[in-house]
Amino acid sequence: MREAVLEAKDLRVWYATETDPVRAVDGVTLDIRPGETLGLVGESGCGKSTLGRALLGLTPDSAGVSGQVLYDGRDLTEVTPKEMRELRGPELGLIFQEPMTRLNPLISVEKHFFETLKAHEPGLSKDEMRVRSLEALAGMGIPPTRFGQFPHEFSGGMRQRIMIALTLVLEPKVVVADEPTTALDVIVEAQILGILADLRKNFDAALLLITHNLGIVAEACDRVAVMYAGRIVEDGEARQVFSKPAHPYTRELLRSIISLQTKGLNYIPGAPPDLVDPPPGCRFHPRCPDAMKVCAEKFPIPITTADGQRVECWLHGPESEIPEGGTEQLAREEIATAEEA
Amino acid sequence: MRTPRILKPFAQATGMPRTLLYSGVIIVLFFVILAIFAPWIAPYGFDQVSADGVRFPKQGAPDSAHLFGTTVQSTDVLSRVVWGSRTAIEVVVLALIFSLTIGVPLGLISGYVGGKLDRTLVLIMDALFAFPYLLLAIVIAFLLSDKLGQGVVTAALAITAVYIPQYYRVVRNHVISVREESYVEAARALGAKRMTIIRRYVLQNVIQNVPAIATLNAADAILTLAALGFLGYGIQPTEAAEWGYDLNRAIDDAGAGIWWTGLWPGLAIVLLVTGFTLVGEGLNDVLNPVIRARRLRKPKMDEAEVEAEEEPSHA
Amino acid sequence: MNSQGTSLRAYVLTRLALAIPTVLILLTMVFGLMRVAPGDPISAALGGRVPPEELEQRREAAGLDEPLIKQYFQYLGNALTLDLGTTINDDRKVTSIIVENGSATLELTMAAFALALVVGISIGLLAGYYRDTWIDLSGRMFGIVIYAAPVFFTGYLAQLLFAGELGWLPSSGRASPIVEFELDQVTHFYLIDTLITGNWDAFWDVLQHLILPAVTLGLLISGVLIRLVRVNLLQTMRGDYVEAARARGIPERQVVIQHAFRNAMVPVVTVAGLQFAILLGGAVLTEQTFNWPGIGAELVRYLNERDYIAVQGIITIFALAVVVVSLVIDLINAFIDPRVRY
Repeated sequence: MREAVLEAKDLRVWYATETDPVRAVDGVTLDIRPGETLGLVGESGCGKSTLGRALLGLTPDSAGVSGQVLYDGRDLTEVTPKEMRELRGPELGLIFQEPMTRLNPLISVEKHFFETLKAHEPGLSKDEMRVRSLEALAGMGIPPTRFGQFPHEFSGGMRQRIMIALTLVLEPKVVVADEPTTALDVIVEAQILGILADLRKNFDAALLLITHNLGIVAEACDRVAVMYAGRIVEDGEARQVFSKPAHPYTRELLRSIISLQTKGLNYIPGAPPDLVDPPPGCRFHPRCPDAMKVCAEKFPIPITTADGQRVECWLHGPESEIPEGGTEQLAREEIATAEEA
Repeated sequence: MRTPRILKPFAQATGMPRTLLYSGVIIVLFFVILAIFAPWIAPYGFDQVSADGVRFPKQGAPDSAHLFGTTVQSTDVLSRVVWGSRTAIEVVVLALIFSLTIGVPLGLISGYVGGKLDRTLVLIMDALFAFPYLLLAIVIAFLLSDKLGQGVVTAALAITAVYIPQYYRVVRNHVISVREESYVEAARALGAKRMTIIRRYVLQNVIQNVPAIATLNAADAILTLAALGFLGYGIQPTEAAEWGYDLNRAIDDAGAGIWWTGLWPGLAIVLLVTGFTLVGEGLNDVLNPVIRARRLRKPKMDEAEVEAEEEPSHA
Repeated sequence: MNSQGTSLRAYVLTRLALAIPTVLILLTMVFGLMRVAPGDPISAALGGRVPPEELEQRREAAGLDEPLIKQYFQYLGNALTLDLGTTINDDRKVTSIIVENGSATLELTMAAFALALVVGISIGLLAGYYRDTWIDLSGRMFGIVIYAAPVFFTGYLAQLLFAGELGWLPSSGRASPIVEFELDQVTHFYLIDTLITGNWDAFWDVLQHLILPAVTLGLLISGVLIRLVRVNLLQTMRGDYVEAARARGIPERQVVIQHAFRNAMVPVVTVAGLQFAILLGGAVLTEQTFNWPGIGAELVRYLNERDYIAVQGIITIFALAVVVVSLVIDLINAFIDPRVRY
């Protein structure tokens, strides 16, 4: 197995509010290897986007960050803002969710590319920049005739392809794509995913694909990390996770996919917890159909299953840590009250 | 007890908006007190030129008898400043009542009914809005002066004409956006009467925005009143004390190095207008999340330094 | 590009068409206001001063015995052809008031507006960029207080200090009497007139006279701009494209200048155009304070003399100016912002 190119260790991002902080990312350990596509899935509001931005050091000033983000032997939470800025682009790229507003409406596509290239490769001549930009755009299917046009002259799908070209023109080693297709229609979605799949073949780049769409993960990802309430609850080979989900949350998430074979609709009752004051013990226990007494009391210890998934769930032990009688089913009333809270 | 809706911003404000809001309120309250208790606070009447049979000096420098000096007409500057705040507050209150009672219903109806009525009103109000406001006030004050005389009501009406379009615009635009909201849509689908919908759903929401505009307009109203007075179309000196008029008279004194006749009324205007503006800006900061100050303390992360394997402790 | 050319032209034409109802409404308003006035204009101005026969004659000559609706259309026609009549009291053509006194007003307002732009934009940007710091607080307070101070008070203080106490600058007028007398009035803009004749002493004299009124009026307008620029910058700094630029590793300086500042300026242009009304109102007061022979001062004088023809003519010009300015602002916007054209 190749060595990880980017590694998060016990990463935490807490947003300040007027009262207690929101623990959007709360102790995440994750790695990603070159040429690998890692899917990061979970419901809205579980901290996926925050995690993606935190990897590039793009958290707001008022957010607290602790833990480590290791890249190329450096801890990115420790580097100076200037060093971080230099890494963003040629080393770490970010593709955003909503392409419509990500390009500056007053600046032509050409200028977007030129300012990006100038910022990181100041030695390039105008012609070289032009060649590089047009190459990247051609890869996304944007013809050179449209180079001088303004953002509002493009459709949403085209803008997203421009954004991707703008990210790839610097050939980053790691690309974080934050729900890159959510705002687009299905056909464009397929195109974009195809483009992203080519990315690692052509550049040997690592891709962190953030999405709430499990179908995309099944299609495009080698590995998948499932996030719930600021924690990674399960992390393993995509095929393995899909066929034998180890965490009840993953299982329920998979059951709620709608497909042609779907007979009835499945959903997980309740909503993701309040991240200001998350439930004690396992954060999923108020919604978990398999919840045991221990789940409401003790935080689950990460454990690697026989199939190779890393999972945070008491169902997988370790038994030595479970107190007497802890495996008893959690009473239904408790589930109900916890849900209300 | 629940905080009344209109006072909520005061309770919610923190940081800089709170400072703005509170200092503004203090300044405005100061002038309101001056206005209410003017007869007791002011040493003399606003047009009094003598006391105990002795005529006041003409353009007398400040001394113990006249703390702020006297004007060219021998009136006491301090008294005129104090009485002037009564005039200013009276005019502002009247103008606010007039423009609210006309502008808000017009905006509500125009926005809610829509169609031709809306389009016509928008055109007229936009034209009014584009018109140099001071000229409008001057012309109206000038025209009304023959019928109503040059008193507080005339000045208030002239100012009202300037601010109706503002309330109209804000209220109308807000109504149009609220109208499409799902709860209003739902009420309509359930067959609620038009007036009921306007009153219960739309007005309730619109009214929240009015305090911020009203205070900012109050600031502008004071300036317009003073400008009218300065140009000689405001309140007659025999009717009430008015700061703008006093400044007009003081300009001629400036050449002679007489500073006390203009400085105090001028400062009074600046202070009261600043007070109203601070309240308005503070309210805006609190109510508008985009420009709302986000100076938040970084959360303490010391407790997060625990091992990932353990339960993150609660902050 | 060709497609851009046509769309810009279409935009200009639409915008021009939209200006027509505004002009009509404003002119109707002016006409209506003037007719609400008690009595007829001629008797109001001259009543008691000339014999009744002459009064009647002049009423007829001014078309005041015609039906109101006819007068209205006559007024519209005259206003649109810029034939604004002759003043009642001093028999001046209103158009010549506009040329002679209007140029004084323009010279003052343009100097003031230039100053307001420089001061307002720079303080606004600083306050917005350093939000919630002492820079922000002092910038905002400056904006609030300067806007709270009526021009005639700021002007009065400036006169007391710079003209009176220090004696650095003249306190009133457009030029010293002797300079004004000798001046060859070509454009009626004194700065330009003195420049083209190469009369440096006169130029200096004119400039000195301009400083106090222009600074007084300019600071007032800058107060509005500070507030505006600051709020807009706060909005664009949170813009999605600003975050995206940061994510591409664009240097912070460039992110702020190229993406945030520039985009914050677009709405400022629009709203700065609306300040024209404040500028005009401010000009009337500034002219009154500094004895500046502008059109505002003339308006006040004619109002006092109850010269309705003059008042109506000057207000008509103001109304037309408002429409023209808002038209120009919109066109400028169309050039800056490619989106407007669509």
